[in-house]
Amino acid sequence: MVLLGKWVKTVLWWLPMVLPAGLFVYFLSLGTATQSLSYDWLPQLGVRLSLHLDGLSRLFVLLITGIGALVFAYTSSYLKGHAYLDRFYGYLSLFMGAMIGLVLSENLISLFVFWELTSISSFFLIGFNNDQSASRKSALTALIITGMGGLSLLAAGILLGYVGDTYSIIELTQSADYLRAHPQYSLAVLLIFGAAFTKSAQFPFHFWLPGAMKAPTPVSTYLHSATMVKAGVYLLLRFTPVLGGTELWQSSLLWVGGITMLYAAFHSIFRTDMKAILAYSTIAALGVLVFLIGMGSNSALQAAGVFILVHALYKATLFLITGIVDHETHSRNVLQLAGLRKVLLPVAIAGLLAAVSNAGIPPSFGFIGKDLMYEAALHHGAGAWVLLGALILTNVLLLYAGFLVGIKPFIGPLPEKHAHLHWPSAWMWVPPVLLGVLSLGFGLWPVAASRLSEVFLPALGLQPPPALKLWHGFNLILGLSAATIGSGLLLWFLLKPGEKGLARLQKLAWLSPERLLGGFARGVGMFSVVWTNLFQHGYLRYYVMTIVLVLSAGMGYRMFNNYTWQTSFTPLLNLTVYEVSIVAIMLISIGFAVFSKSRLAAVAGLGVVGYAICLLFVFYSAPDLAMTQFTVDTLTVILFVLVLYRLPKYMQISNKLTIARDGLVALTFGGLVTLLALLVLEQPVQRDVADFYAANAYLLAKGKNVVNVILVDFRGLDTLVEITVLSIAALGVFGLLKLRLKTTERRG
Amino acid sequence: MKSIILRTASNYLLPLLLLFSVFVLLRGHYLPGGGFIGGLVASIAFVLHAFAHGLRKAQRYFPIHPGFLMPIGLTLSLLSGFLPILIGDQAFLTGLWMADPLPVIGMVGTALFFDLGVYIVVVGVTLTIIFTISETA
Repeated sequence: MVLLGKWVKTVLWWLPMVLPAGLFVYFLSLGTATQSLSYDWLPQLGVRLSLHLDGLSRLFVLLITGIGALVFAYTSSYLKGHAYLDRFYGYLSLFMGAMIGLVLSENLISLFVFWELTSISSFFLIGFNNDQSASRKSALTALIITGMGGLSLLAAGILLGYVGDTYSIIELTQSADYLRAHPQYSLAVLLIFGAAFTKSAQFPFHFWLPGAMKAPTPVSTYLHSATMVKAGVYLLLRFTPVLGGTELWQSSLLWVGGITMLYAAFHSIFRTDMKAILAYSTIAALGVLVFLIGMGSNSALQAAGVFILVHALYKATLFLITGIVDHETHSRNVLQLAGLRKVLLPVAIAGLLAAVSNAGIPPSFGFIGKDLMYEAALHHGAGAWVLLGALILTNVLLLYAGFLVGIKPFIGPLPEKHAHLHWPSAWMWVPPVLLGVLSLGFGLWPVAASRLSEVFLPALGLQPPPALKLWHGFNLILGLSAATIGSGLLLWFLLKPGEKGLARLQKLAWLSPERLLGGFARGVGMFSVVWTNLFQHGYLRYYVMTIVLVLSAGMGYRMFNNYTWQTSFTPLLNLTVYEVSIVAIMLISIGFAVFSKSRLAAVAGLGVVGYAICLLFVFYSAPDLAMTQFTVDTLTVILFVLVLYRLPKYMQISNKLTIARDGLVALTFGGLVTLLALLVLEQPVQRDVADFYAANAYLLAKGKNVVNVILVDFRGLDTLVEITVLSIAALGVFGLLKLRLKTTERRG
Repeated sequence: MKSIILRTASNYLLPLLLLFSVFVLLRGHYLPGGGFIGGLVASIAFVLHAFAHGLRKAQRYFPIHPGFLMPIGLTLSLLSGFLPILIGDQAFLTGLWMADPLPVIGMVGTALFFDLGVYIVVVGVTLTIIFTISETA
């Protein structure tokens, strides 16, 4: 996709949408049977790339590809002519692939990998307008929050894999009873919660989602309402048969979901930015889903499954029309927008359909969803009325929010400045209208959606539910629905949207989790500045000294505690004249190097030491080593001379005390290394490897110089990597020295 | 570095040292030597020339920057490793050898080309570093 970037921006603009559309048709054609596919990935670790398509995955896959196709089509017009359109499609496709992988993964580790990929693509997409600092900040917040969740998921996966002795979710389901009784059960549940709540923006991790609305609208539609944020819900559903059914699981979900939905629904009605309203109502809808999973009964889970589809359909529509309104009028403020139905008729129809479905007014699909919700709450047993009350309150508030976005901009008188607007391109208005019509169509013909919901519950190991129906006759639930709609409409006529409510809410903002986390992050930042300045002072001499001292202390401790020493000078009697004279030369040149008053002379002294070592190599029959050392030493001296030549004259800048200290450190370290070398010589030598090379160098590699044969043949791969590293180092030197910073770019 | 002796000597030393470096490279498989040492000797030849005649003169021997030798050498080594995969269907970096030795060069096999790649990379790395430092220092 990215490779075709130039063409995608011009002639081939239709190409990207072929991918999701094709996948959608493919997954639709697969029917409703459960299918699996599996490859070995890391068999040593029990990690398989197993894809498993059951009722739960099918619902998500169809949502991902179906809405994906519409969003891709919409984008082609929404971001027409954008400089980075190719990049955008690249990220979007990356996300789609990751999300499909996530819902199809049957292995915990591959699930985690895809999970992280969705977080990363979301990061790129939120920060897509990377020239705005607000976008970058939001992207980072989202990445940090969902990244924490990802780590939590990894921990949960490893823990479950360890306890259950398999990474396969299906196999874990079979040992669910054992897992629930295991002492580590609570920890695993909490880790799964950590992942799901961050991803699905549950309280108190909800605040990254409103920030994520900085992304272009197609992204908000696709990732942050219809699919990605539901990954957490997906995870909870997926693990319901494995970990669910306990008090811990159910009541935590009830509490967290309940708080989230009320909190967010309450927040949503005080916003004036269309996208902010939708962000909070999305959080509320996610809260409803978690809440339903928390109820855990058959009917509640079915309600959750249906509501996922209901919400995806109407929320995507609302986001898409928000995008169109924003695109045409350059405003998203519901206070300023009015009467747009006169100029954007199809958009207004889509908005109306979505708002109706959102409100649960019959005969929309939303009505069926809400019916199921109320029914589930009603049959919950203890506390049914409390749950029901919370749900009704949330739904009333959500109805208001939906009307604010879906209807408010389109009614009333049209302001003068928007009178010149005309219909956007069909690529933009057809997707929301199509989704809106689907919201209505699934309501009128629930059979179509029944096919999905029939296989949904069996995927969770439950009985298939009764078919969906629009009309259940006059009963209590219908009355509750009517009451919800009635009070929602009442609220709509009584409460006018305005800035005051928001201003009042802002006063409590210092208490919000977002601020607390921000403060925490600043604290960590300050601590790390202090810490870094303590250790990264920028003086090379002290770095070297620290390293040497730590090494000496560690080595000295080991050596004098674990070994007994005895001195014997007899081997010295075997020394030849050559050896003695070389050592003498070395000592003299070291002394010269240390006490010399000129840098060049000191370097030359060190060079002599190097050559003396070469001679030692020659005596001890290591000619290859000697030659290498000889040439390397020559080059080192040359390099030193080149650099030192440019330095100012040698000056006596250190006082006697410093010199004594440095000398002491150097002597200690040198002495310890000498002792270490002696110690190594005392150890019995393993000759196996050396013998192998000596015996096989000619037989296998047709070479008589064992050293070279090892370099180019036996360990050829090492050499290849080494010369690569060498090249990188040379490029680094080149880059550092040739870098000519402009004065404006120079800092500190 | 204006010594006339050094200048005159370096004129003769450059070809001699280069020849010697190739010799070291080729004998490496049987006797002390090899691509790494050979490459270092060749670099020293050029560095010596640069000392005697100045950097510009030494750089004139390279129509392209010596840094380009690094990718060339790396590619050569890599290709010599891929050769057994392509023609012999054997593992990466398996040594393949011609049946009979060539005159002067001796036995020719993939290891030789691998070593030649090492030689070229070492020359490229060393000269890039030294030329860059002496240009900027």
